[in-house]
Amino acid sequence: MRSLVYLKDVATIKLDEQKCTGCGMCLDVCPHHVFAMNGKKVRIDSRDTCMECGACSKNCPAEALQVQSGVGCAAAVINSMLGRNGGECCCGPQTDKDGSVKNGGACCC
Amino acid sequence: MEENRKKIEPSGKFEFPVLQDNSSCCGGDIAPKKEPCSPPCLDQDFVSGSIATPQGNIPRVSSTLTRQDQWGTIKARLGAGRMSYAIDPGLYALGKPDEQSPVLVTANYKMSFDYLRQSLPSHNAWILVLDTRGINVWCAAGKGTFGTQELIDRIETSGLKNVVRHREIILPQLGAPGVAAHLVRQASGFRVHYGPVRAEDLPAYLDSGFRATADMRIMSFPLKDRVVLIPIELLAAARPYFFAALLFMILSGILGPSGFLKNILHDGMFVAGALLLAVAAGTVLLPLLLPYLPGRAFSVKGLFVGLVVAVGLIYMRGMNLQIWAERVQALAWVLIIPAVSAYLGMNFTGCSTYTSLSGVKKEMRFALPMEITAGSLGIAAWMTSAFLA
Repeated sequence: MRSLVYLKDVATIKLDEQKCTGCGMCLDVCPHHVFAMNGKKVRIDSRDTCMECGACSKNCPAEALQVQSGVGCAAAVINSMLGRNGGECCCGPQTDKDGSVKNGGACCC
Repeated sequence: MEENRKKIEPSGKFEFPVLQDNSSCCGGDIAPKKEPCSPPCLDQDFVSGSIATPQGNIPRVSSTLTRQDQWGTIKARLGAGRMSYAIDPGLYALGKPDEQSPVLVTANYKMSFDYLRQSLPSHNAWILVLDTRGINVWCAAGKGTFGTQELIDRIETSGLKNVVRHREIILPQLGAPGVAAHLVRQASGFRVHYGPVRAEDLPAYLDSGFRATADMRIMSFPLKDRVVLIPIELLAAARPYFFAALLFMILSGILGPSGFLKNILHDGMFVAGALLLAVAAGTVLLPLLLPYLPGRAFSVKGLFVGLVVAVGLIYMRGMNLQIWAERVQALAWVLIIPAVSAYLGMNFTGCSTYTSLSGVKKEMRFALPMEITAGSLGIAAWMTSAFLA
């Protein structure tokens, strides 16, 4: 199955090939087949399908991957521009320190 | 240990906040969160018994969903109680697991938990539920509540080490943005395996010895996944729509050529209908047709749907483009409807499974000013046309 493709040449993902140990963890966690094995190291095969979820950089034991991760959600960007809702997207209620619910958050997920 | 055993006894009148009618998806009233039981209560509606372990009685669940479970899913999809649809975090038993059975990790959003157990008929497994405050795995991983620390803590507090002999846990792949597998292993001794994206692939994954095929690893966005999002999208747009329609109806009553009520009946109703079409274009047609619409940016896709709808509306209304007033009115709708549907389309990025934050920011830099400009010009044109009529 092919991944749908969003805008081209925007993804911030960076691979430091010097650090890569070729463990292949990023191939497991990536939901959009961004990576491929290149001999004993990984290479970025399909940059434009990257959705910057951050799964690869979080799970890279060698810290060879960097990506400015975030939720690709316009409502969240608008909320943060308006200083509303703590810039949350959608994914649920906004809570304060005590864990009590303040706000339902905008919608989507 | 002794303390844990005491806590696991059914605690009498536990009112589980599963089905709350009074909360809507967008900032509605939310029921005050009850302190969840830890370990999980045995008297939650979906718990069908318990299983004795060295860690005490663990609540048992079935892979068959009851009508009540299914009704809960429907309600959550419609926005009712969606923000408090949570279960107690901790360890559950699916079927009759033993010390060798696999351990599956999920979020405490009940729909996530239900999808997981439903996908494993005639399997025996442990389900470790993390406290994500009732949010699904993907969104909670993005926020970090489905995260490394919570997983390490939950492994510890649930006494998982005393329940199973092996040291392997299976996480949904979509939990990976929140969890660093290597750190979990360091801290807890449990090795994290990332299972498939979709729960429905779990039986194949388990039967093949934790091997995921390439297809299991891809997060697609098929029609059925897009369709279930439509009700929530419509509901989110309902309130702004209602106020906009009301405002436009009053304006058409004041500005139109005849008396207030006659204007509302003649023009006002049409305006409300046209705006409804704009909302439907962005929240129904766009999700349905997403892969087939031109453009990569969601606002461009929304713009396209809106233009088609606007042109159709003008044709159906039989506007006479020879007359200035109707010409300006047609222009107004060609501006307003695409502006609305492009905006709603842009907001659908948050629901999609493949948009990046960098991409959304880039899209918004050109789309938002255009939507605001087109919308404002459209309103100005519409008011002008009302004067001309």
